Amino acid sequence: MKILVCAKRVVDANVKISVKADGSGVDLANLKMAMNPFDEIAVEEAVRLREAGAADESVVVSLGTSASQETLRTALAMGIDRAVLVESERDLQPLAVAKLLAEVVKREQPDLIIMGKQAIDDDNNQTGQMLAALLGWGQGTFASRVVPASGEVEVTREIDGGLETLALALPAVVTADLRLNEPRYVKLPNIMKAKKKPLEVIAADELGVDIEPRLEVLKVEEPPKRSGGVKVADVAELVDKLRNEARVL
Amino acid sequence: MGVLVIAEHDGGSLGPVTRNTVTAGTRLGEVTVLVAGEGCRGAADEAAALRGVARVLLCDDAVCGQSLAEPLAALLAGIGREYSHLLAPATTFGKNLMPRVAALLDVAQISEVIEVVDADTFKRPIYAGNAIATVRSADSTKVMTVRGTAFEPAAAGDAAAPVDGVPPVAAKPVSRFVSRDLTQSDRPDLAAARVVISGGRGLGSKENFAIIEALADKLGGAVGASRAAVDARFVPNDYQVGQTGKIVAPELYIAVGISGAIQHLAGMKESKVIVAINKDEDAPIFEVADYGLVADLFEAVPALTASLE
Amino acid sequence: MERETMEFDVVIVGGGPAGLSAAIRLRQLAQQQERELSVCVLEKGSEIGAHILSGAVFETRALDELLPDWQAQGAPLDTPVSEDRVMLFTGPEKAIRMPTMLAPRTMHNRGNYVVSLGNLCRWLGEKAEEAGAEVFAGYPAADLLIGESGQVEGVVTGDMGRGRDGEEKAGFEPGIELRGRYTFFAEGCRGHLGRQLIERYGLDEGCDPQHYGLGLKELWQVEPGRHQPGLVVHGAGWPLSENGASGGSFLYHAGDGQVVVGLIVDLNYANPYLSPFEEFQRFKRHPQIRGMLEGGKRLSYGARAIAKGGLNALPRQHFPGGLLLGCDAGTLNFAKIKGSHTAMKSGMLAAETVFEALAGDEPADRDLRAYATAVRGSWLHEELHRSRNFGPALHRFGIMGGGAFNFVEQNLFRGKLPFTLHDRTTDHASLKPAGECRPIEYPKPDGVIGFDRLSSVYVSNTGHEEDQPCHLTLNDADVPISLNLARYDSPEQRYCPAGVYEIVRDGEPRLQINAANCLHCKTCDIKDPSQNIVWRTPEGGGGPNYPNM
Repeated sequence: MKILVCAKRVVDANVKISVKADGSGVDLANLKMAMNPFDEIAVEEAVRLREAGAADESVVVSLGTSASQETLRTALAMGIDRAVLVESERDLQPLAVAKLLAEVVKREQPDLIIMGKQAIDDDNNQTGQMLAALLGWGQGTFASRVVPASGEVEVTREIDGGLETLALALPAVVTADLRLNEPRYVKLPNIMKAKKKPLEVIAADELGVDIEPRLEVLKVEEPPKRSGGVKVADVAELVDKLRNEARVL
Repeated sequence: MGVLVIAEHDGGSLGPVTRNTVTAGTRLGEVTVLVAGEGCRGAADEAAALRGVARVLLCDDAVCGQSLAEPLAALLAGIGREYSHLLAPATTFGKNLMPRVAALLDVAQISEVIEVVDADTFKRPIYAGNAIATVRSADSTKVMTVRGTAFEPAAAGDAAAPVDGVPPVAAKPVSRFVSRDLTQSDRPDLAAARVVISGGRGLGSKENFAIIEALADKLGGAVGASRAAVDARFVPNDYQVGQTGKIVAPELYIAVGISGAIQHLAGMKESKVIVAINKDEDAPIFEVADYGLVADLFEAVPALTASLE
Repeated sequence: MERETMEFDVVIVGGGPAGLSAAIRLRQLAQQQERELSVCVLEKGSEIGAHILSGAVFETRALDELLPDWQAQGAPLDTPVSEDRVMLFTGPEKAIRMPTMLAPRTMHNRGNYVVSLGNLCRWLGEKAEEAGAEVFAGYPAADLLIGESGQVEGVVTGDMGRGRDGEEKAGFEPGIELRGRYTFFAEGCRGHLGRQLIERYGLDEGCDPQHYGLGLKELWQVEPGRHQPGLVVHGAGWPLSENGASGGSFLYHAGDGQVVVGLIVDLNYANPYLSPFEEFQRFKRHPQIRGMLEGGKRLSYGARAIAKGGLNALPRQHFPGGLLLGCDAGTLNFAKIKGSHTAMKSGMLAAETVFEALAGDEPADRDLRAYATAVRGSWLHEELHRSRNFGPALHRFGIMGGGAFNFVEQNLFRGKLPFTLHDRTTDHASLKPAGECRPIEYPKPDGVIGFDRLSSVYVSNTGHEEDQPCHLTLNDADVPISLNLARYDSPEQRYCPAGVYEIVRDGEPRLQINAANCLHCKTCDIKDPSQNIVWRTPEGGGGPNYPNM
């Protein structure tokens, strides 16, 4: 089995972003970047499947500027076999990413695709589902357990209120949720080894798909500040307000 | 062209956020609700009775059973172009389905809409709610998911809308339902709970967290904690709400004995209603709480639990 | 424990100006002379630059020597200093601007640049990698590797995946041994290995005690009308003078509408009620400062101790198997309030010395005494020698007297007075008992100009894995209560700029250490009255993620 895993370069989860004063976007200058944490879980899952013998090849793909090579090197240091960068300077929205990935899939012919359920920058939670649609494959989103069997993969999904298990015919797309695994620490010698692993760069234009953005971002602003409400005198008044004013009880 | 709201349901009744999604839909046009599933007449009738719903489409067929994304998306790809907007709740159901629908229609999808600006323009949170983007869609059909806490639930209307049947679309079966395990008896998952009760260092001990758990069980809520409470080992790490813990946005968040450092607020400030119970009236948590109660939590919390009997 | 080993010719601990300059120089020399030479740089921050905090007004002297075409290569030096101001703040509302000609020469900054030292280091990190050095960010050097004959043989990186009680969690990865023929220590001020080395090899024999300041800094986006790129304002006096403390302030207008503002508080203050953080917050309320910030937005915050003892306190920098560089030793020129160019120079000289030694002129005990000779023959020593009396004069004569002395010495005698002032009291011994001091009331944060500690830590982007052993260790667990609380009213609650230390009174008073807030400034390691707190490295990648600082 061959696994394709997708990884996006995003602002590090520890870093607080600030909105540009002119409302044109988020100021990313010189911020610490890192692999999207959900993608890191996807990479870890691919490496584990490979180590367990369930897969015989793993390939990581990222889309974006050449800076994304750093993200790919991290995935290689975690244990992925080789990397592909679809290079583009443009704003790639989920539909465009899914279309580009579908082209990569044509070239690579993987049996299983794993990626994070969403990127922590745009919080879209779309690309895996869109890719599955474009390929006509089954999808297992928000996965907390992935077990390949003959010609199938069994995926346990974290749905609101519990868990759901599906069996997907291979090839299929799986998106990783937080509890799928705990990504490993990268060992120093593996960083050195990762530098020698193959990393192919493909220009996005070469893939010949429409990557025009469909959504125009008119404005990015800070969320409205929450202000304090009222003080209640006692528990009875609190219950009354929650029942009759806020109507949340 | 009207608006199609895709209902989340369990067959007999609608999922809670569906009614909020109907409200968002009414801002955009005449609302049709699609109820697709197996044995879901009850949910369709409930949808038909909502105010603002003009029509209900019912696709009651084994193909649509278990709400699998693949057959539902195929159904929507067929009828979706008849509508200007396709809306679903931003729950795991809607998030699973709608991007697939959008890709089949070759349009963008807009996630977690919190405000309808106009028919083409919407606000949605990015960077875990630390920024709000206003986006305009150039697509003829807008496919989106709607955050429930941003819209009131639609109330029952005066007259029931007509319910019409639609046939399912046969799709190549690429996925198969195996099992579902809804942990209804246990407490809900912190990240998805409708109500969260969190305790802080003010609880004083691991044992005292029992009063938080009792209140949570009474409200069917999840239990969370501040970092201070986790550091003091009152509760395990995975209870932590905040910057380095979980980010929650329930309908009701009750912070008990939590001072409210910004690191904690970062994890819960998007909650719809925030209640703070703390004996220190200067605690910063009161600056964000909709309802603040300055009181000894060891008296107030059991009293609150008791008054919900 | 069995550990994997990696070997390099030179292992460099710390990816700041000194360490990166050493790495670049080593690789340059190797390339010029076509020799094999492996170099690695270990950085505890999540990336190069993540833990770098400095003003900074940057003097290009060392960079000109290291990478003469830095401009063409895109070094982030975009804002030349356009105006120098020196202010004496005489009260909460008042200030006197010193005529430029009366300011010490060392405070003249024409020709220098207002920079983000973090961004400059990010760029230097790229240059080091391009030159062929291995740069490992997110990997702290936790321990020294000492050979049988007592020489340094490298370092051990921190274990990853230990729980809070030290237990091995799932995915545990033991640290590895990084063995170097030579190891450079360039951890910055009060490096935790540097501290061990000074003690082990008696490097500070015959030196004055090191003196420190705690630098606090914020980065602001200001209103366009209030922005004057290249304006550099240094100040002294209020508010520290109110509480018998000393230090200095800075405010620099950088590019992109950004202003940095900061306060350096000398850590020899006596009143345990003094809070450097609150002094800084209060300082910003001065009309001279507020006027520039109002209507703007704070983007980030950070704090870092600086070693400012200068030449008198500079320890021996060589020992068997390694060198101590930059602020880890204390090469900052306090008269200029600049340490980046001197740190870089100390790294470059180290590279040159080691390169020669590896070429065959290696001493048997691998103790590079030649480094001391190289430093003595360089402008680094000359510069530090000129400034040697600057700090002690301020400590001894106060701002007015010391300032006058410094003017006379720097401007009239060019630092060549034939005597040296000394300051022999350590900073941790300078606290008076709380009973002899007056508690200080600080204004409440308004959330506009002044902020509280935790919301400040929040914008430093500090993160640590929370389930790990506490990296702020106590030699004696009773001291925080029996000595620090009883005698000094727990000064760590106030000197820590990140709110790490808290006395909790939900029963018997106890010290709560919120290690996850730690900014790695090292003040606790320096100022704790009985030196009971020892700062150690947390799990790799932990700490602040300073943006543009």
